[in-house]
Amino acid sequence: MMKKLFYSVAFGFTLLFGVPVFAGCEISARVSIVGNEFPAIQTVGAGAQECTGASVETNLTSEHQKINVPGMQGNPAEYTSAIIANSSIVALMNEDVIRPLDDLVAKYGKGLQKSQLIKIGDNIMAVAFMANAQHLMYRADVLEEIGVEPPKTYEDMLAAAKMIRDKGIMENPIGGAYAAGWNLAQEFNNMFLGYGGSHFKSGSAQPNVNSDAGVNALNMMKSLSEYMNPDFLTHDSNATNAEYRAGNIALLNMWGSRAASQTTAEGVIDAVKNNHSIAGPMTVGGGSTPASTLWWDGWTVAKNISDAEAEATFIAMMNAIHPDKMKDEKIRTQAVWLIDGYKPTDAAIGVFEAAKMSTTPYPMLPYMGLLHTALGNELADFMQGKESASQALSDVEAAYSAAAKEKGFLN
Amino acid sequence: MRHSTFFWFVLPTATAMILFIALPIISVLLQSVHAPHQAVLVEVETCTPLVGCTVETTMDQEATKALRDAQPLGRFVGLDIFFDRGHLAVNEVKKIINNSNTWNEIFTQLSNLPFYRAMAFTLTFTFVVTPFVIIFGFFIAIGVNAISSYFKGLVIFFSLLPFVVTQLIGALVLFWMIDSRGILGSAVQWIASDPNLSLKASTGVMWLSLIIYGIWHAAPFAFVIFYAGLQTLPQDQIEAAKIDGASRYQQIRYIVIPHLFPLITFVALIQLMDNFRVFEPIVGFNASAHAQSLSWFIFNDLGGETRQLSSAAASSVLTIIGVSILLFPVLLRTWRDFREQT
Repeated sequence: MMKKLFYSVAFGFTLLFGVPVFAGCEISARVSIVGNEFPAIQTVGAGAQECTGASVETNLTSEHQKINVPGMQGNPAEYTSAIIANSSIVALMNEDVIRPLDDLVAKYGKGLQKSQLIKIGDNIMAVAFMANAQHLMYRADVLEEIGVEPPKTYEDMLAAAKMIRDKGIMENPIGGAYAAGWNLAQEFNNMFLGYGGSHFKSGSAQPNVNSDAGVNALNMMKSLSEYMNPDFLTHDSNATNAEYRAGNIALLNMWGSRAASQTTAEGVIDAVKNNHSIAGPMTVGGGSTPASTLWWDGWTVAKNISDAEAEATFIAMMNAIHPDKMKDEKIRTQAVWLIDGYKPTDAAIGVFEAAKMSTTPYPMLPYMGLLHTALGNELADFMQGKESASQALSDVEAAYSAAAKEKGFLN
Repeated sequence: MRHSTFFWFVLPTATAMILFIALPIISVLLQSVHAPHQAVLVEVETCTPLVGCTVETTMDQEATKALRDAQPLGRFVGLDIFFDRGHLAVNEVKKIINNSNTWNEIFTQLSNLPFYRAMAFTLTFTFVVTPFVIIFGFFIAIGVNAISSYFKGLVIFFSLLPFVVTQLIGALVLFWMIDSRGILGSAVQWIASDPNLSLKASTGVMWLSLIIYGIWHAAPFAFVIFYAGLQTLPQDQIEAAKIDGASRYQQIRYIVIPHLFPLITFVALIQLMDNFRVFEPIVGFNASAHAQSLSWFIFNDLGGETRQLSSAAASSVLTIIGVSILLFPVLLRTWRDFREQT
């Protein structure tokens, strides 16, 4: 009896402390991290918290972009580090709340790869740790049943969806994060770039979405939505993945960072577990650039904090992305890491394929956020069939122009 | 009361009101007539993973900082933001009125402008939900008041639940029920035998769901107030009425309602204010594609990757103006009653 108790206590301790401890991370000042909540970022947050000597707090939430700027504008800033992506670093740069990292990289940045350093002008402003892109995920068994190859273009995807519906396998075989707002706008960005569009008139903040590429992109999205769950305007990536895991859809354009968890989450049916497959992003309209965008995620250090806190933050974040972590099988599958020593897993194929096909990176422009917001608000009317594509796009441009005037990007 | 006594008596209240009500409103007003400085942009080499180095536009931090230090409030823009497309859209409205021939055309085109689209929903919501909340609240109160005191506690507790449950959570519960895979959504599909029928995809049904939710949530509030009022009902009057042979309807019509009237005014005031600022259900129902409100605009302005503080401030000022207009008739009436009494 005592022996049993002893073993269970010992086992408990192993669970608690059994995680590999990485060689000494000692810090001497407060660290506080704000960031998104997907698995890879949870890992980074936990990695920073391994450091001892001072408190390391994390606030990882999908609402991170609503709180990171206000949380870093104070002096001293509440957050000493924000984990951001190429879209959200722009807001931090616009408000001038993050510091150049050149001296810290020189002092503590041993082991960083050159490609991890986000250089803007003469300064290193962020350290990237993972890459991301949306790409195709599909059910191999369903495609086999209709006898087609995984689609390489959105036109193929539509054809496959029609066959799946006609054969009575699934009523609505396509999934997509088309929730009105940020998600819908992002799907438009993908399709628009796939049709060769560019968001702004070159070298200016003048919007350029009301074009042939824009109209084509919207029409393609409308065609796809006819094969989606009728509630598609309320489905974000989480809801779309839930549909996939429940076996309701067979084809979807989804974030690479969600690839590994598609089969490991709770309540995944066996057919999905055994047949979940991924491939590169699709092209559209005969173009060669994928209808997708390339992303990186990285961390920054706040400007309005003491140098000691900045140093502690840098050390803790470096610990979080230490090359030794790449030996952990579970961590390795969570993302396409840009860290030295990372060997790609099967879940990474889609993102690597996206990079190989020279997918356009998400535009890192000071006024892109405003256009994204305008797209998210104005495109739902078109998707519901309330107005024409060109009317929706001219609304987008008008809404964007009003916002850009207010923010001083347009006169 | 002597003036100095009065002064010291109201000082704490007045200080709190200035600090927490007047100053924030002044700050919002100031913010709404100022906008960020013209952006100073530069093109610099930007290096990112998997892509390499490209030339990208970014803000010139030093030049921008100099501008911000010189004028920390930003540039003065007067009422420009109030009049832009995101708010009152003055130019757009003029154009629509000049180019349209029929009222129908004008309304269709106005509903394409965010402010007017939001007003259409907000006002419908306010003027449907408020009376229903008062009516339902009143009948629940009358009903509960009539049941045996043995069950009263339990019934009151359950009647209050919709109001106790956090708005957002309550909205999410109903949202999942009307999902095409939820219990109500599937039931409707089964009844109509159309697997593609979606309650969430139709603007009309979405408005109806939001309105039903609004009534469900706020009726208990009216109920509690009216129930409290019923406890002070003059029993001798009721008894006198009974002796005179008044029916239950007549008792309610001529004694209960006049007795509760100040409370009805109070509930109406609070409900008009609350419903005009409808927000949580829109977020909870993910309904922004179908229904928006000024409060939702503020949330959206502050929640984008680039925050629009001035635009949010302008929406806040418009909300204050809107609430004042709504409350004006009720306040005017209360003031007249007060004058008649004195």
